[in-house]
Amino acid sequence: MNAPVSAATLGCDAAPAIRGEVLRERGQREVFCGLTGIIWLHRKVQDAFFLVVGSRTCAHLLQSAAGVMVFAEPRFGTAIIEERDLAGMADCNEELDRVVDRLLARRPDIKLLFLVGSCPSEVIKLDLSRAAARLSVKHAGATKVLNYSGSGIETTFTEGEDACLAALVPVLRDAAPGAAPELMIVGALPDVVEDQFLRLFAQLGITTVRCLPARRAADMPPVGTNTRFLLAQPFLGETARCLEDRGAVRLDAMFPFGAEGTTSWLHAAAVAFGIDEMHFRSVIAPGRERAKRAIEHCRERLGGKSIFFMPDSQLEVPLARFLTQELGMVPIEVGTPYLHRRNLAQDLALLPAATVISEGQDVDRQLDRVRAAKPDLTVCGLGLANPLEAEGLTTKWAIELVFSPVHGFDQAGDLAELFARPLRRRDVLKV
Amino acid sequence: MQLTVWTYEGPPHVGAMRVATAMEGVHYVLHAPQGDTYADLLFTMIERRGKRPPVTYTTFQARDLGKDTAQLFQSAARDAFERFQPQAMLVGASCTAELIQDDPAGLVEAMRLPVPVVALELPSYQRKENWGAAETLYQLVRTLADREAKPAPRDGRRPLANLLGPTALGFRHRDDIVEITRLLGTLGVDVNVVAPLGASPADLKRLGAADFNICLYPEIADTTCRWLEKSFGQKTVRTIPIGHGATLDFIAEVAALAGVDAAAALDTSRLPWWSRSVDSTYLTAKRVFIFGDATHTVAAARVARDELGFEVVGLGCYNREFAREIRDAAKLYGLEPLITDDYLAVEEAIQALQPELVLGTQMERHIAKRLRIPCAVISAPVHVQDFPARYSPQMGFEGANVLFDTWVHPLVMGLEEHLLTMFRDDFEFSDSAGASHLGHGSAALPDRQPIADAAPDAMPAAPSHIIEVAPAGWSADAEKELLKIPFFVRGKARRNTERYATEQGIAAITLDTLYEAKAHYAR
Repeated sequence: MNAPVSAATLGCDAAPAIRGEVLRERGQREVFCGLTGIIWLHRKVQDAFFLVVGSRTCAHLLQSAAGVMVFAEPRFGTAIIEERDLAGMADCNEELDRVVDRLLARRPDIKLLFLVGSCPSEVIKLDLSRAAARLSVKHAGATKVLNYSGSGIETTFTEGEDACLAALVPVLRDAAPGAAPELMIVGALPDVVEDQFLRLFAQLGITTVRCLPARRAADMPPVGTNTRFLLAQPFLGETARCLEDRGAVRLDAMFPFGAEGTTSWLHAAAVAFGIDEMHFRSVIAPGRERAKRAIEHCRERLGGKSIFFMPDSQLEVPLARFLTQELGMVPIEVGTPYLHRRNLAQDLALLPAATVISEGQDVDRQLDRVRAAKPDLTVCGLGLANPLEAEGLTTKWAIELVFSPVHGFDQAGDLAELFARPLRRRDVLKV
Repeated sequence: MQLTVWTYEGPPHVGAMRVATAMEGVHYVLHAPQGDTYADLLFTMIERRGKRPPVTYTTFQARDLGKDTAQLFQSAARDAFERFQPQAMLVGASCTAELIQDDPAGLVEAMRLPVPVVALELPSYQRKENWGAAETLYQLVRTLADREAKPAPRDGRRPLANLLGPTALGFRHRDDIVEITRLLGTLGVDVNVVAPLGASPADLKRLGAADFNICLYPEIADTTCRWLEKSFGQKTVRTIPIGHGATLDFIAEVAALAGVDAAAALDTSRLPWWSRSVDSTYLTAKRVFIFGDATHTVAAARVARDELGFEVVGLGCYNREFAREIRDAAKLYGLEPLITDDYLAVEEAIQALQPELVLGTQMERHIAKRLRIPCAVISAPVHVQDFPARYSPQMGFEGANVLFDTWVHPLVMGLEEHLLTMFRDDFEFSDSAGASHLGHGSAALPDRQPIADAAPDAMPAAPSHIIEVAPAGWSADAEKELLKIPFFVRGKARRNTERYATEQGIAAITLDTLYEAKAHYAR
């Protein structure tokens, strides 16, 4: 069954998630906490430092997730809460100030410091927002200090980026009154992808385009009623809400995965900025054509194959849309840690009516469903991948989708290849 | 608060996971927030296990905190019991759950499960991973061991020993057991129970049937061995059979305890001849720095000095619980031991000593790479490449063979060293070509490179770190001459020259100073 899925079987108003039929489960969740976002955020903002206030567990997680990065002069660390801090023998705020003072004295290059809350710091009610305000005054002129929570009790994996960017929004400067409309791309993208998008917008004739987060603390974009923003990532609900509170307008689109997703995303901006339709088509034509050509060879391998997404990053719905609409895969269940219906409306509408959309997780029950469905490919975290492979199921580990350049026309082929490769490997191995 | 980037050990509940995952038929219910499941990856990825660790996390979230997290714990424990039907359960709290004080022990007791349940008290803010593993094993053994179990009468039967300490995520534990079991077999000693790795609760019940215990990894098994000594009168073999000499001592100790003939164990170690053959002459007095867990570092120091002819110039461990063992060992080598869990302190020590070989953990591997010093791994924490597919024990006679190959491999081979000195200006042997043992494309780094200071808290307030701190005193021609010295001894030459200059009160280092120092320190 290699035929592309026809529009007739796709989406429409019958899509289950649109009708509100979502499977919600509670129980053990096999997911990362929001601290993990630090791993890519600290690479993106070059003069920011992320200081987690937490336990040895938090430090251990970061080290396990950061792998080799721990040794390349990382701009993150953990202030480990000790017995003394809990027993009241040391004042947590004084301890924190001491750690931050020493850190900033040694690293004068840091212009932006995030105090990142963790489960232990939240449970003992350590007020990091006040600490950030206090330290901002103390280090005024040199370093801005902000706070957000990356704790597991508050955030799941990529929501850590959402919390971080949402903390940035209130301190963005006001756009000049009466300024011309500006476009803001929201979400940390790899530099190469960001540059591709900026080139396309320039060719379209959208004059001022800025990114949140910017690559340096001093270059963060202004915001105001003239701001039109595109979410580059589906997990930025809170950031979007904070931007809207400051008068910015969200442009509704599919997320920029594959040829269709990227076209829809660019088109939303083109319409908002009054770009001529013919001009739009001629500008995107080469990229769109390259994207379609690049995914063509994967279609043969992936067409008609079933796929099951375990919840991980909130990228599941737009990726399932891409794999269904553009590669002819058949999504059995699309699990997501959190379903933001409004932001995902356009991608959701294109999923087949038979697809189960699930929010949250009871991991053992979900694994029972995976075993029963025997999907051709299961997208899951690294804690489940090898055990499922040992049971004879082929897996694609999900974290790679967050750590690799996958957005836009010129990454469409790479994105398809990420899903095709495990299946190809399954077929080539004779052991 | 302690500013940390890298930690040698995880929190104590990861130690408990290592014991639970090692065993069969045990399930661990861990009261923990969403996200703590990251620890599963250590087992499924680094150790490449094909099964999920037998751990159920309650994964509470913020919205549960206002309600009844205790209820959540009980339902998680009930579900886990029904689904997995374990023969014994472990319950405990991670660092966050410790703060909300739900008392897993009381909660699960109220449930009256029909299997033994061991409640773990693991103080997350004081203790670490190894301690957590040791405590978990001890509590399991205390709860499960049958107090009535006794060795059968010795009517011509072979003596029985328990092998204690190997866990999941243990450095080479898998192959060490195979090697030691085989060695005991040749001696005429059988293994009663290996624990925790591969053991079930039923196996722990039978511990008392052994004639004696072998404490393979004191970091994990020492507490348990002491308790078994007290409760069952079983004696403990405490020699760690890492290295050729230590393996012979181990055999002697086992033979004495078991009443068997030590000569039955054939020496199959090639290390002595490999080490005596002339190719190894260049290894003599190579300066080696050793860091890791106490057990592996103490054993490595003996192998390094007595079996390879190295000079041990630094010795340390990250697990404070075993500081005494390291202090005693350091005395043998006339060293001041380094007992720290701060990798920056280790980095400073290595930098100051400029050893020719570093033996350590994954972290020392990275430090050595940055300082361009050869390195081999001897202790956890380790990365995925140190859970190899091939048979590679550290213990016993085959272990000694593995140690020889592993430690010598990163050193430039004697002949190559000779050629590098002879043809130091040759285009292929020049600095920029790098060393062949570092693989292709490992172009040498510039001679000086600033060191990252990742966690400033532990750094001295001295000027920022430079790999080879150049005092103003180097004259241009002396600097140039220094560059002619092969890179792998250049650090040492620079350090010796500067130390000599300081001692002699020489402010300006000239060509003469360089060669005076060379003569002064000539071996």
